[in-house]
Amino acid sequence: MTPVLRATDRGLYCAAGDFFIDPWRPVDRALITHGHSDHARSGHGRYLCTRAAAPVLRHRLGDIRVETLPYGEERRIGDATVSFHPAGHLPGSAQIRVAVGGEVWVASGDYKTTPDGLCEPFEPVRCHSFITECTFGLPVFKWAPQPEVAAQINAWWAQAAGQGRFALLGAYSLGKAQRVLSLLDPGIGPVLTHGAVEATNAVLRAQGLPLPETTHVTPDTDLKARAGALVIAPPSALGSSWARRFGPATTAFASGWMALRGIRRRRAGDRGFVLSDHADWPGLLDAIRATGAETVYATHGYTEIFARYLNSAGWNAQPLLTEYGGEETEPESPA
Amino acid sequence: MKTFAALYTAIDQTTKTSAKVAAMREYFRTAPDADKIWTIALFSGRRPKRAVTTTQLRDWAAEAAGVPLWLLEESYPIVGDLAETIALVLPPPARTTDRPLHHWIEALRALHVASVEDRRLAILSAWDQLSVTERFLFNKLITGGFRIGISRKLMTRALAQASGQDESVLAHRLMGDWSPDSIGYSALVEAEETAAPDSRPYPFYLAYQLEAEPEALGDPADWQAEWKWDGIRAQLILRGGTHFVWSRGEELMTDRFPELARATDFIPPGTVLDGEIVAWKDGVPLPFARLQPRIGRKTVPKALLRDAPVILLAYDLLEQDGTDLRDSPLAERRARLDALMRSLPPDAPVRPSPAIPFGDWPTLAATRAEARAEMAEGVMLKRRASPYLAGRKKGDWWKWKLDPMTVDAVLIYAQQGHGRRANLFTDFTFAVWNGNDLVPFTKAYSGLTDEEFRQITAWVRRNTVQRFGPVRQVTPEHVFEIAFEGIQPSPRHKSGIALRFPRMVRWRHDKPIQEANTLDDLKKLLDAH
Repeated sequence: MTPVLRATDRGLYCAAGDFFIDPWRPVDRALITHGHSDHARSGHGRYLCTRAAAPVLRHRLGDIRVETLPYGEERRIGDATVSFHPAGHLPGSAQIRVAVGGEVWVASGDYKTTPDGLCEPFEPVRCHSFITECTFGLPVFKWAPQPEVAAQINAWWAQAAGQGRFALLGAYSLGKAQRVLSLLDPGIGPVLTHGAVEATNAVLRAQGLPLPETTHVTPDTDLKARAGALVIAPPSALGSSWARRFGPATTAFASGWMALRGIRRRRAGDRGFVLSDHADWPGLLDAIRATGAETVYATHGYTEIFARYLNSAGWNAQPLLTEYGGEETEPESPA
Repeated sequence: MKTFAALYTAIDQTTKTSAKVAAMREYFRTAPDADKIWTIALFSGRRPKRAVTTTQLRDWAAEAAGVPLWLLEESYPIVGDLAETIALVLPPPARTTDRPLHHWIEALRALHVASVEDRRLAILSAWDQLSVTERFLFNKLITGGFRIGISRKLMTRALAQASGQDESVLAHRLMGDWSPDSIGYSALVEAEETAAPDSRPYPFYLAYQLEAEPEALGDPADWQAEWKWDGIRAQLILRGGTHFVWSRGEELMTDRFPELARATDFIPPGTVLDGEIVAWKDGVPLPFARLQPRIGRKTVPKALLRDAPVILLAYDLLEQDGTDLRDSPLAERRARLDALMRSLPPDAPVRPSPAIPFGDWPTLAATRAEARAEMAEGVMLKRRASPYLAGRKKGDWWKWKLDPMTVDAVLIYAQQGHGRRANLFTDFTFAVWNGNDLVPFTKAYSGLTDEEFRQITAWVRRNTVQRFGPVRQVTPEHVFEIAFEGIQPSPRHKSGIALRFPRMVRWRHDKPIQEANTLDDLKKLLDAH
C-alpha cells in the first residue's frame, strides 16, 4: 500500500493529493502547519494554512497565494481529505490530518500539549500513523507548570526594576515573545520591544489576539524615563550593539534549552527561563498515546533515540529525515 | 542542602564576578561552620571519598526514573554532565528536607561500610527528598568536579572578606594536605596559626605568555632568563626530616617520584624549592613523552624507574631555614638557590635550572631559537626584583615560548563536548595523507571561536557518514591548521607519532583537502626535532 505521506527531498509529500506539508524547497502546493521559518518557506505556488496562521505567513513571506481553512473543516484535495487541528504551539499553529481511503495520517508540525492561555489548545487527533516532532524527545526534559515560570520571570524583572536596571529577555519573535508578554505582571513596569518582536505583535493584535501594551524601542525612545522596564528582543539581539543602549542590564533567555546548564552557560545570560512551545518528554508520550496510532515517525530532534525508545515501548516507530529545525539546539530556533 | 543550593543558584544566576563573590561572602557569614568547611573543600577541588560508583548511580537513576538504562546513557552526552542528567531524569521528589550539606556528606561517607543494597536504598531515598538543584549538587558530591562557575581564587576572596583575613595569607592556608576531617572551619580560617603543617605548599606563581616583543620589557639587565622546561611543575618541600612533592594542581605526588626522597640526604630541612620535574638521563632531559607514563601512576614499577628516572630542575627557593623568602627579590632568592645547589653532589636528584646569560634581546632571541635542541619549549623571563607572588599575575614573570610547529590536516571524526560545550561538536580527530589514504594522527579540542564551533557543529550534523557510538565519521572536506609544541615517535598510534599540545589555530576554508600535509611531512618534522 502506498503510504499516505512520505519524506522526499522537498518535504513531506502526499501522492494522493499531490501536495506537500511544510516543504523546504519550492513546490506547487504547500500545506503549512505554522509560520516559523523552518516550516513556512517562500517560493511555493499555493499555500494552505489555518485562518489564524495566514496573517503571519503574509507578513513573513510577502505577496503569496494563500488559502485558509478554519480548524476542523475538511477539504478535499485530489484523492485526499485534509483538515487542520490545533497544535498548541503558537497562535494559528496546526497539526494536519490527511485521510486517503480509510487510512488516516497526522503530521504534527510543532506542538505542545499544555495550554498556554494564548493559543488554541492542543487537540489530539486519532490516526493510524502519526508524524511527531521530538525536539525535546529525551526524558531529561520535563517542563515546570507555566505559572511557576511566570513567577520566576516576574521576580527577576521586579528585582532589576527595583535597582533601576533594564531586564533584557531574549525570546523568539513569533510565539515565545507573545507568550512571555502574556505572562508578565504589568504592575512591575513598562514593557519595551525590539522591532522584530513589535512587528509580529502588530500582526497578531490586528487579528484580535489580546496582548498587553508594549513600546517599540526606536532611537527616539526616552529610555531614562523607562528605567527598570522589561525589554523583549530576539535572542540574537541581546549580544548585539542594539542591546548596549540599555546599559548595565540583566539578561535572560526563555527557551526549553535553558533546562540544560551547559547551554545556559554558553548563552552567557544571567538567567535562563525554561519555557518551551514544544512538548516535553511526558507531553510527547501523552500525545502519541492519545492519537491511538500504531505507527509513529519521529522528526525534528533526537529522532533516532526517540524512535528507538518508542519501539522498545511497543510502537512501530522510525526516524524520518526532514530539514526542520533539526538538532539545532540554540535558542535562536523557536524552541 | 537548601542553603548550599541557594548559594549555587545565586552563583549560577549571574555572570557578574562581583555578584558571585557577594553571594559567597554572604554564605560564609551565615552558614554553619560544618557546611562552610566542606564548601571550602569542594570549591578547592576536594571531595568526599567515592562510596558509590557512577555505574551504580546510572543503574539506580534509570530504575527510579522508569526509563531504560540505554536511554539515560544516550541523554548523558546531550546534557553534558552525569550529575545533571540524573537530577533531571528522576521523578519529582515526594518529600523535602532541611538537612544541611554536611549531613549529606556524612550520609555518603557512612555508605563506605554499607552493603550495596543499603547504598542503593540510601541514594534512592536521598533523591526522593531533594529538589532538582539539590539533587544535582548531591550527585556532584559523588561524581566530583565541582566546577560551578566560581574559581578557587574567587572563593578565597569571598572567604577573606567574610572572615576579615588577608587574602594571600588565606590562599596559603588553604593549600595542601588538609581535609574537613583533620581541621574545622575556625582552625583553618580564623584562628591564629601557631604551627603550619609541614606538608603545606605555597601557592604557585604562574607566568603569562609574552605576546609583545621582549624589547617592551625594557632593560635586559633587569631580567633573568631560564629555559622553559617541558615537564611537571612541582614544589619540593623539605621539612621536619621528611619531604613532600606537590603538583601545581595541588596534588601530593611524593610517592610517584621516589627518586626525590634522596634530596633529604643533601638539603637541610626548612627548604622549599620550586622547579620542574623532568625525566633525565646522561645529563639531559628526556622528551615529555617519556615522563608521561609516570604521571598517572601512584606506585612506579622498577622498569619505568629505570627507563625514565626523574630529577627536579630547581629555579626558585621559596623557603630556607624555615623562613619564607617569597617577599625577597628574585635576585636574592636565586643567589641563595645557586649557593645551595653548589653544595650538592652531581648525582643528587635536584639540580639548578641554569640562568641563561644574555646581554641584549636579540642575543636571547637567538638562544631561544635553539630551545628545542635543549629539550625546552622556550625561555622564561623573570624580573630580578620580583617577589614570588601567588597565582597568575601579569608584569614580572613571562613565558616566551617558541612558535609552535603547524600542519594542515583534514577533519575526519567529530565528537560532542561536555559541560559548557555539550551539544556542540568540539572534539575532533585529524588526518594527514599517506598516499591516497587519510591517516588519523591527532585529536584537537580547542582553538576555534564559539561561532566557528557552531558552524562546524551544523556541518557535522549534515555530513555524518557513519556513527561509532558518540563518534561521528564525517565527509573529508575541511582542512584545519593544527599547531603543536612537540612531536615524538609513538608506537601506540597508527600514524607512529604523537604530538604535544595540539590545537586548531585556523580553519583553512581556502584549502582543498588535497593540499593537506602528508605523513612524510610529519616524519620530516620528527627527524628535525
